[in-house]
Amino acid sequence: MKLLTHNMLTSKCMKAVTVGYPLAINASDVRVSEVDFNPDFIAKIIPKVDWAVLWNAAESIGQLEGLPKEIVENYENDQDFLKKAHHVLLEVDVINGELICPETGRKFPINNGIPNLLLNEDEV
Amino acid sequence: MSRPEHLAPPEIFYNENEARKYTQNSRIMDIQMQMSERAVELLLLPEDEPCFLLDIGCGSGLSGSVLEDQGHFWVGMDISTAMLDIALEREVEGDVLLTDMGQGCPFRAGTFDGAISISALQWLCNADKTTHKPVQRLYKFFSSLYACLSRSARAVFQFYPENSEQMELVTAQAMKAGFYGGVVVDYPNSTKAKKFFLVLMTGGNVPLPKGLGSAEETQGVSYISKREQIKKARGKPLKKSRDWILEKKERRRRQMKDVRADSKYTGRKRSGRF
Repeated sequence: MKLLTHNMLTSKCMKAVTVGYPLAINASDVRVSEVDFNPDFIAKIIPKVDWAVLWNAAESIGQLEGLPKEIVENYENDQDFLKKAHHVLLEVDVINGELICPETGRKFPINNGIPNLLLNEDEV
Repeated sequence: MSRPEHLAPPEIFYNENEARKYTQNSRIMDIQMQMSERAVELLLLPEDEPCFLLDIGCGSGLSGSVLEDQGHFWVGMDISTAMLDIALEREVEGDVLLTDMGQGCPFRAGTFDGAISISALQWLCNADKTTHKPVQRLYKFFSSLYACLSRSARAVFQFYPENSEQMELVTAQAMKAGFYGGVVVDYPNSTKAKKFFLVLMTGGNVPLPKGLGSAEETQGVSYISKREQIKKARGKPLKKSRDWILEKKERRRRQMKDVRADSKYTGRKRSGRF
């Protein structure tokens, strides 16, 4: 699971949860793989990303690699910043571990890079 | 036609054997690709701009590869682990999640620029467990999907409705969740090539695109022109036409009757004064 996906995921589908964001990551296996750099897409997706959540998630799995804590001004033209954002958003992959709902503490296992978000019948 | 959704729930039906077909059977792969391409076409995404899309019921990621080829980034959700394992094997670029669409889309508001779904929606119309209520599950799915799409985004679902009631059920729940849109039918006159696409829009009511291969001209027009051609071929001009009048006058002349001379006024309508 990429951190871009994690940045969008919530657990609000559960019955008792109102916001369910952000999910905490408890990673046991993290892999970094190379993905083609597409500056247009990164510049387009940054306004949608919750930057503080991304930064905390990257820090919690030790993949910060110099990512600034705030979005820099005029980031569309800052190649260096876009490359760092690209690395954290798309190249870092959580292979095994779990996601934890901030409200109920429900754990969603991540196996082989696929988060299992299936809910039991009493949770819907 | 057999309906897999009548045999078993999706997480059971799409086992290793069934999932394997999606990497080996070139006919299945071909059809999936074609439908995905048509679905992307119906999404009307801005040109030459990478978008962030959701693939609902992504399975082995065949539809995802079509999105990749067009330069988009995607996230997929599916309920079958066997199918998702195949997606990993194929090394698709998008992330895949194991979720049940009837439990809702677990994303933040306004995440995606669009959503596609190939041959998945009909599974939602079945109650596979005693706790499943299709209407509620459809509504939960559509309302959570509406929330996670950005405004002016579209969602296109290729699906196989069992009958018109099912189509109505699905459309009604989508409208209730706030979507505009309806069903586009490609090749409506063919049993085999006929395909249903549910096109849902979030921002305002825009006219639906036309289905492929639907007849443009009405049959009545071609029927009349055909009848006239046949009449001409028989050698008799249409009654009350100028040709018919000229022919009649000619015949009466041959019978040595008193006939007025032909002029440019022959066979013309009288003006309103008479």
